[in-house]
Amino acid sequence: MQTQAYLVVATLIFLIGAMGFLIRRNILVLFMSIELMLNGAAMLFVTFSRQLRQMDGHVFVFFIIALAAAEAAVGLSILIAIFRLKHRVNVDELTELKG
Amino acid sequence: MTYTIVNHVLDYFELEQGGLWSLIGAIAVWAAPITGFVAIVGLVSIWLERKISAHIQCRLGPMEVGPHGLLQTLADGIKLLGKEDLVPKNADRALFALAPMMVFAATFVSFACIPFSEKAIIADLDIGIFFIAAVGSLEAIGVVMAGWSSNNKWSLFGAVRAATQVVSYEIPLSLALLAGVLCAGSMSLVDISQAQGGWIWSWFIFRNPFMWIMFLIYFIASLAECQRAPFDLPEAESELVSGFHTEYSGMRFAIFFLAEYGKMYVVSAVGVVLFFGGWLSGIPAIDGIGGITGNLIGAGVMITKSFLLVCVQMWIRWTLPRIRLDQVMDLCLKYLLPISLVCLMLIAVWQGLMPTFDEFGIAMIAAMALGFMQMRRIYRKAIEASKTRLSLPTMKV
Amino acid sequence: MEKTLFLILSAVAIIGALVTVTRKNPLGSAIGLIVTFVALSGLYFTSDAPFVGALQVLVYAGAIMVLVVFVIMLLNLPEGELEEEKIPPRSWALAFFSVVPLGFLCIAQILSTKFEDKEPVGEGFGSVKAVGQLLFGDYLLQFEVVSLLLLVAIVGAIVMAKKRL
Repeated sequence: MQTQAYLVVATLIFLIGAMGFLIRRNILVLFMSIELMLNGAAMLFVTFSRQLRQMDGHVFVFFIIALAAAEAAVGLSILIAIFRLKHRVNVDELTELKG
Repeated sequence: MTYTIVNHVLDYFELEQGGLWSLIGAIAVWAAPITGFVAIVGLVSIWLERKISAHIQCRLGPMEVGPHGLLQTLADGIKLLGKEDLVPKNADRALFALAPMMVFAATFVSFACIPFSEKAIIADLDIGIFFIAAVGSLEAIGVVMAGWSSNNKWSLFGAVRAATQVVSYEIPLSLALLAGVLCAGSMSLVDISQAQGGWIWSWFIFRNPFMWIMFLIYFIASLAECQRAPFDLPEAESELVSGFHTEYSGMRFAIFFLAEYGKMYVVSAVGVVLFFGGWLSGIPAIDGIGGITGNLIGAGVMITKSFLLVCVQMWIRWTLPRIRLDQVMDLCLKYLLPISLVCLMLIAVWQGLMPTFDEFGIAMIAAMALGFMQMRRIYRKAIEASKTRLSLPTMKV
Repeated sequence: MEKTLFLILSAVAIIGALVTVTRKNPLGSAIGLIVTFVALSGLYFTSDAPFVGALQVLVYAGAIMVLVVFVIMLLNLPEGELEEEKIPPRSWALAFFSVVPLGFLCIAQILSTKFEDKEPVGEGFGSVKAVGQLLFGDYLLQFEVVSLLLLVAIVGAIVMAKKRL
């Protein structure tokens, strides 16, 4: 039963992140929504690794966190570069590549 | 209505209902002693700081309240409690109120993992040192919140400086922590202390020729983590009024103050555990006592050692001038980081190849004493040389 | 007690997540996200993953979020910019028709699955030693690849954020 409760929480966090990603337009908030989704996934790994009594899930969370760190470094520097160029953080106004 | 919904949720997941009270009870039982200890540490260190600074500057310091001003801090605390709690007009009220608590909580939680003696520890976590590093890193967020929510340029500058500094210095600090972990083969602070049992030369700082470099790195990085001089740019009073806590007054300011001194104690205690044998006195006969007496002696030794390190931090604060921000970053990224990486590698190699033996520790102590004396002689000579070269005029009063 | 802790922490995590996606000011979002991360780390501790829990606080709350907050303050968004965020109706429709069915499916599936209860986990489950042995044993190659990824990210971040090369 406890596993179910943890899974529901993880799903809710993932869904809130997905919702935020779809409806918000501020690029910083989009970035944070992605982090929320990653965390929902990470929590699934932890929960299942307890359910299955295997620690592989913990290793995967380790990788997810490393990935998130890399993503934050690159993503935020792209963001700074964009902001320097356009002075906008609204994704609907960043349409350079639409042709 | 709410009660029934909660009940449904609890029933659905088969959760027990009396749990909340046991949780609150556990929090009260464990948090009360830490709160008391943090308060005492704050009071004593603030008094020490004022006394040490006064004696360094040939003053007396507080003398009025209590013997040698011992109760001065208490009086100041009561004064701060009675002061008006100002919130700037355009401040973000919620964040403004939350920030001091966040900073304090980051320090407060670390105390749970610090051993005072073999048995006197709140939580002997398997990941003790990792936990302390993790919780300590939350402090930066509290500082940034304080600076941003004050809606004051100087506060914001202070917060940005603090964030830069704390995040950068976390890397050499963690690497220095890893050196101790490498020597002990465990992350639990109790295990690390116990790995240094025996005579004084089995402490980790004498374990191999690179540990003392690691200790210096740890000490410098911990000064920067605590935002103490010479790294006190976030609260540089001559440029930024007082940085991120400019707008705070009354009790909130007192909480920031308490958190700062608590943090100083935490980094010193961790340094003592990692490099100076924790609660072990370095004499096997005393360490072997055991029982309640042994634990009490251990706690006394641990607290004395930690306060000695705190005093060194204060000594440095009142001796060295503040350095510039670019110098702060240069020191961290160009010197401390590469040196600590190389040292960590060498320690790992040494740990793998060399057996641990007492004679080496004795030799290390002798070498360090000789080196210290040599440095002292060079320093004296340099002072003499500068005196004759400048031929300073003697001041007439 | 552990279950009460779970309820409190999960409620805090979900509220933090909601704050993250609903605040107009990105800094408010960031604070909400930090709260979520810390609560999630508590949940990891209660589900026998202390190493991962500490890692979550150290890297997510302590490093990534400080970076995010830093960037938010660095951009120093003009006041008008924050008011402009208009959510087009198609976003709402898209979000509603994709996320809500997905949520129903997932949660229904979770609640209908019976997970067998097992005996409590053994000593040392999720400790640094156990995870470390797995990490440097079975997952050594992946670990090295991740370290390479981090190196690439460092170089990439420097190249992109620098004004002149």
